[in-house]
Amino acid sequence: MTLWWIGNAVLLLVVLPVVIYLLNGVLSEARGIVPSVRRVGAAAAAGSKDLDAVPLLLTTQDQVIKTVENAANYGGSLDVILDDAS
Amino acid sequence: MPAAGVVMLIAVLAIVLALVYYLLSTIVALRQITAGLDEAIASVAEIIEKSAPVEEVVNAINQHLDAGVDLLEGLLVKKAGMEDAVGLVEGLYPGAAEAGFRSFPESTSVTPPRIGEVYTKGTLTLARLGREAPIAAASPAGGAVLRNVTGGSRAARALYPEARQSRPEKLARSPIIGTDSPVQYEPSDEPGVRRGLPGSAAVLEPQTRPGPPDAAEREDADAERA
Repeated sequence: MTLWWIGNAVLLLVVLPVVIYLLNGVLSEARGIVPSVRRVGAAAAAGSKDLDAVPLLLTTQDQVIKTVENAANYGGSLDVILDDAS
Repeated sequence: MPAAGVVMLIAVLAIVLALVYYLLSTIVALRQITAGLDEAIASVAEIIEKSAPVEEVVNAINQHLDAGVDLLEGLLVKKAGMEDAVGLVEGLYPGAAEAGFRSFPESTSVTPPRIGEVYTKGTLTLARLGREAPIAAASPAGGAVLRNVTGGSRAARALYPEARQSRPEKLARSPIIGTDSPVQYEPSDEPGVRRGLPGSAAVLEPQTRPGPPDAAEREDADAERA
């Protein structure tokens, strides 16, 4: 009977607080992750929205090609008009 | 049931209740994390999908720009010479001469002339890209002036098609005017009316030209009307 009471005391004074302490730690860490995950999701969504302008790179590519072609034509004309340095 | 058994049951029940409460709360938190990660993964997938063609397009743009840079650098070195080209680039972009031209590794060893301290950028462009410009005579880097500054119009005329150059080399001179000119023009009495042109002038002579009636003529006319 005495051992039973000792076991009850251990159960109430040691096991229960330890269980509560450990579970409370797990719960607090899990709740701490939630805001971070939400911020990650918001940042990823903003990054995806920023990339909506990527198709404009095709326009930039076309403009670069035209600009280089014009520069090549102009350079060719200059090559004909101007004398060489040497 | 003995009292010790009751206490044990209460203790076990308390532990179970604590487990239920905390584990349920943890499950709710983990579900929120899962939902947030799903949104983040969806956005990341969009990022990957949207950025997939970026590398190819940017590489193509860089290739075209590299070709343009090589073209312009080659033209500049060909027309202005290595030393003047390096000086021009240094004048426009201070410090750029140290990097040199990409297609001309030897350009890094050229000491750039201090062109930018003397001339403005526009003048530099004219002087360096075309030593035909008159300002090239004062070029600090020296070099022969390719254009005759006193009679350089023919050089510009040569740029046009042959049809523009086949005109007479010497056009007829303009009429000589002045007191010693072979053809003299008499001064006129009134604007627009000359006394006479040289040769066979067909203008009214001052003495035959109808003028305003004098006082006697006006009196005779009044008497006739009366």
